[in-house]
Order: sequence, then C-alpha cells, then structure tokens
Amino acid sequence: MAHELPFIAAIDEAIRLEMERDDTVLYFGQNMATTENEPYVDAFGKDRVRVTPISETAEIGMAIGAALAGFRPVVELYMAEFMLVAMDQVINEAPRFRAMSGGQVKVPLVLKAGFGFTAGWAGQHTGTIGALFMGVPGLKVVMPSTAADAKGLMATAIRDDNPVVYLHHYLLTLEHGEVPDGEYVVPFGQAAVRREGGDVTIVATGWTVDRALGAAEQLAAEGIQAEVIDPRTLAPLDTQTILESVDKTGRLVLVDQATRHASVSTVIAGEVAEHGFSSLKAPIVQVTALDATIPYSEPLEAWVMPNEDKIVAAVQQVLGSAPVTA
Amino acid sequence: MRALGREQALGLLATMWRIRLFEEQVSALHRAAEVPGLVHLSTGQEGVAAAVCSQLRDDDAVYSGHRAHGHAIAKGAPLDRLLAELMGRDSGLCRGLGGSMHVVDVAHGFLGATGVVGGNIPIALGSALAARLRGDDAVAVVFFGDGAVQAGHFNETVNLASLWALPLILVCENNGFAEFTPRSAHTNVERVSDVVAPYDVERATVDGNDVTAVWEAFGGYLASARAGGGPFLLECLTRRLRGHYEGDATKYEPASAENDPIERFRSRFDADEADAVRAEAEAEVERAVRFARESPFPAPGLIAEMVYADA
Repeated sequence: MAHELPFIAAIDEAIRLEMERDDTVLYFGQNMATTENEPYVDAFGKDRVRVTPISETAEIGMAIGAALAGFRPVVELYMAEFMLVAMDQVINEAPRFRAMSGGQVKVPLVLKAGFGFTAGWAGQHTGTIGALFMGVPGLKVVMPSTAADAKGLMATAIRDDNPVVYLHHYLLTLEHGEVPDGEYVVPFGQAAVRREGGDVTIVATGWTVDRALGAAEQLAAEGIQAEVIDPRTLAPLDTQTILESVDKTGRLVLVDQATRHASVSTVIAGEVAEHGFSSLKAPIVQVTALDATIPYSEPLEAWVMPNEDKIVAAVQQVLGSAPVTA
Repeated sequence: MRALGREQALGLLATMWRIRLFEEQVSALHRAAEVPGLVHLSTGQEGVAAAVCSQLRDDDAVYSGHRAHGHAIAKGAPLDRLLAELMGRDSGLCRGLGGSMHVVDVAHGFLGATGVVGGNIPIALGSALAARLRGDDAVAVVFFGDGAVQAGHFNETVNLASLWALPLILVCENNGFAEFTPRSAHTNVERVSDVVAPYDVERATVDGNDVTAVWEAFGGYLASARAGGGPFLLECLTRRLRGHYEGDATKYEPASAENDPIERFRSRFDADEADAVRAEAEAEVERAVRFARESPFPAPGLIAEMVYADA
C-alpha cells in the first residue's frame, strides 16, 4: 500500500518511523523544537530532540561523540552550504575515525541538508555540492529524486553504521509522489532505471532526473529512445548499472546540476572512459552547471543551469544528429 | 577534599615515569627512522595526564590532541601496543592505521587523539551528552592546549555544554605556546580560565607541574560532574620541555627543574623507592620496544576494509 506525500513530508515520515522503532535515534538542529507544541518534541521528548545554537561545528562534532557512544543522531543542517562551516567535523573527523582507529569505532550519523535552491537564492544557498563529499572516503552520500526514495533512503541512512550526507533538492520539496506505507528502506548503491531505452544512456541526479525524463519525452517524439538512470546514492556509486546501459546504447550523456569539476558527472565519465570505452560509439557529453558561482539574476541563473533543452541538444550531439559544439 | 594517599601518589609517579621514558624512547626511535612521521612529545607535561586520568574509569571518555601519548598511557593504553602503533605495526592499538596523532584505545575509554588542534573538543561534548542520555555518571574529558582556545569549536562547545549542563571537563594544558608561537602573540586574554567566564563555567587555574594540585582540583570537578554537575574547565599551567615536534629547531627559553613535574614530585619518596619505580618503567619500555619490533606490518589491503563499517 502507498500514499501520496510531498517529497519533504516523505523524509519526515522516515525520520519519525525510525525514531519510533529505535530509541537511540536523536534529532537535532537549529530552530527545531522551539515551542512546547513542536510535534517532534511531543512525540520523542526534549532529550532526543534538541534545538541547537547556530554552531554547526559543535552540532556535528556532538553527533560524532554521541554516535561513538551508540546513538544514531540525525543533524538537521537546512542548507548544504552550512555544512561547510564545519568541514573539519564532516571531513576530518566523522569519516576518518573508523579507519584511523583500525576499526575500533563506528560513527553512525546522518547529516541532512537541502541543496540546489536555484530560485533566486544566489551564490551561497544554491550549490550542488554532493560530489565534494563523495570524494571523502568513509562518507556515504545520498541524493534522492522521488518522494518514495526520499523516505526509503532516509531510513537506510539512519540504519547505516557510517556517516551519511543526505542531500535533498530544495526544488523538489513540494513535489508529490507515491510513498510506500510503513517501514520502507531503499538500499544504497543501487541505481534506478527511470526509463528504458536503447539509443542513448542519460544519467541524472536529484532535481535533474525529472529534467532528463522530460528531455527523453521530447526525444521520443523524434524517435530517439533514451534510457534514464538515477544513481540515487553518489557514494556508494552503482557504476555497474551505468556500464551495462552504456554497453547496450553505446552513447552517454551525463546530467548534473553541480559545477563541472566538482560533479558526480565527471566521476562517472572517468569510470566509463576507463571501464566502458570499448562500448562507446561517440564521446561522452556532460550537461553540468558552469564552473561558476550561481548568479542571483534570473536569466543568468537559468543560463548556468542544466535544463531540458540542453539535455536534448547533448543527446542529439552524441547521436551525431547535431553539430559538435565546444 | 580528598587527600592524595601514598599508594596513589606512587601510582602517579609510576605513570609519569612510564610516559617520560616511553617518549624518550619514541624520540630515539624517531631519530633512527623506526618511528616515522610527525611526532609531538609531552615531556614536562606528564603531571597533568597522570593526575587527571588516574581518577577516571574505562567508561569515561577521554580525548586529546596531537600531543597525546601521555594521555593515552595514563588512561590505560598498554605501552607495547602503543609503541607498535607508532611504528605502524598490525599489533598497534589502531593496527598501524592511525599513528601518533590518531591514537585510539576504546577498551580504556581513550576515544582518541586528533591531528587538528581542538577538532575533537565538540566530539567530547557528544560523549558528555551520551552519558546524560544514558543516565549514568560517566563523564567526558578533553585535553587541549591553549592554542585551541582561540578557535571557534572551543567556544561553541563551552556554550552548549554550559547551556545543557553536561558532564564535560575541559582540561587545558596551557604551556604558553600555540605550536611555535607564544600565547601573547595570539590573544590579549592571558588566562584560559578567563575565556569561559561569561558562560559561568566553574573553572580554576592551577600549577600544572604540581601533580598534587592538579589531582585535587580535578578530583573535585570529577565528583561534581558524577553527581550531575558540569561543565568544568581546569587550566593547568605547564611547560613543554621539548619543541613542538620532534626535530623542531626553534630556540625556546630553557626550562628550570621547577618546570619538571617528575623532579618536583619524586622528592615525596625515598630515593630508593623512586628509583625502583623508574627502573620498573624502564623495563616495561624495553619490553615494548621488543614487542613492537617483532610485530609485523599490516597487510596493505587492511585499509580497504576500514573505509566503511559493515551495515
């Protein structure tokens, strides 16, 4: 059985269900539980649900300490960029602790943050920075694109014994989708094939998955069948599903809202170039954001971002039906 | 206030000698290239480690910074496995994957060292929170130098610990230097204990080379923390008798015997008794060297198994 929920409510449902089934799950962050009527506090109490000051380093560090002691904290960070305030905790401490201790400890925690709010939120609230974290050994990085995955991946993130960066795209916040009832988990490292096709493989993440599906619709009208793959987790990354698809189609377009040189797209391009080169009938084409800070002004913001038309053009390029552009 | 008993005092002397002689051996092994990498010794600061950790239990979480050997030893880390760690061996506490700046010994509640100054001060906050949530009387202790106090993570931690009244005891070893630079070049606030004054954290500054003074001050805070109080800050004025790291060529003002906690403390005992304690520590260090040298290096594939914990 399933029910319809907005994306953000699906995440919320997963956190609530996990807090109900496991007393060790904690939830803290800024602006939470500020009134006596706060629903999380009503349900789970002020010990487990804590409002913190604007102290990202202390919030995340504290989560690490609690995780070492057997708790499973979820830290609400709101904006992915706010995690950058606490880079030492996110990169030097949480994910390295297990390895540096020779496996003596585990650090199960979830860093939940929205990203990519390209709706005039300008240079510090719009970044698609997940790929920065996939380059950190020991971190897992989650990027759901549907409400069902938003729920299932959050449940898995909370149950995982490692630090997980859970990134939800802000433009998906109110997108509705069918969400399975009750406990629902989606395994990490398993890409979803959102649409099957034999002519070209499109890999897209987060908000760009729907853009890729829209492009695939346009292309279908031209008789081009695109396969659309959503990795769902950047780390671990399911390169196998992508390679199998490229083996079938021989053509690959990578879509990522991230800036080119810090994108999962570029990582996938490297993997396919190394392990799937003989399958390729044309060079890989990437549709990413420009390597630039996201501008505030609306036409400029649109200009640096991937969109359906850019994806269509990229597909036409790999199929040789459009001129190669620089 | 509890008085320091004779047996306990002898135990503190033994711990200090074990740290001192262990680190002298580490220095020699580092010069001989048997201990690689970046090594920071706590010579001259052993009194704080001994006086604090001797009063703690295995379920009390202790954190330290890059100058961590002494805290690990005082908390119970065995010398042989600690030295094997420093020599990168499979029998090391962290199987050779952490080394000097990342020593962890979970069995003894030493949750470890960090190579980033003050980086684990907020992690200790999490241990203190966990103790409160469990409802037991365990505490969290974090050692750091005066150099860590000017960083944001220290202030964020003090604020939250005091807001939530967590059983966290912050132990600052104020040796007057942040790495190579004297404190006066970094801040106008001479006493670390003054930094936390606005948070109304119970605090004291003691002579960190006076082992008895540290033992008594810390013991008082510990009893309060176990009874539900906290946080506390204990500033221990001490001196590094060696450079920032092994190989440091900076010229520092020489320290006097007054700065050596062992020299000051040993006068409490008969010379024979004190010498016997030292000889025992020396023999233990020799055994540790043999153990570490005989231990194999880990298989290279070990690190790949350590990236993620099994779900």
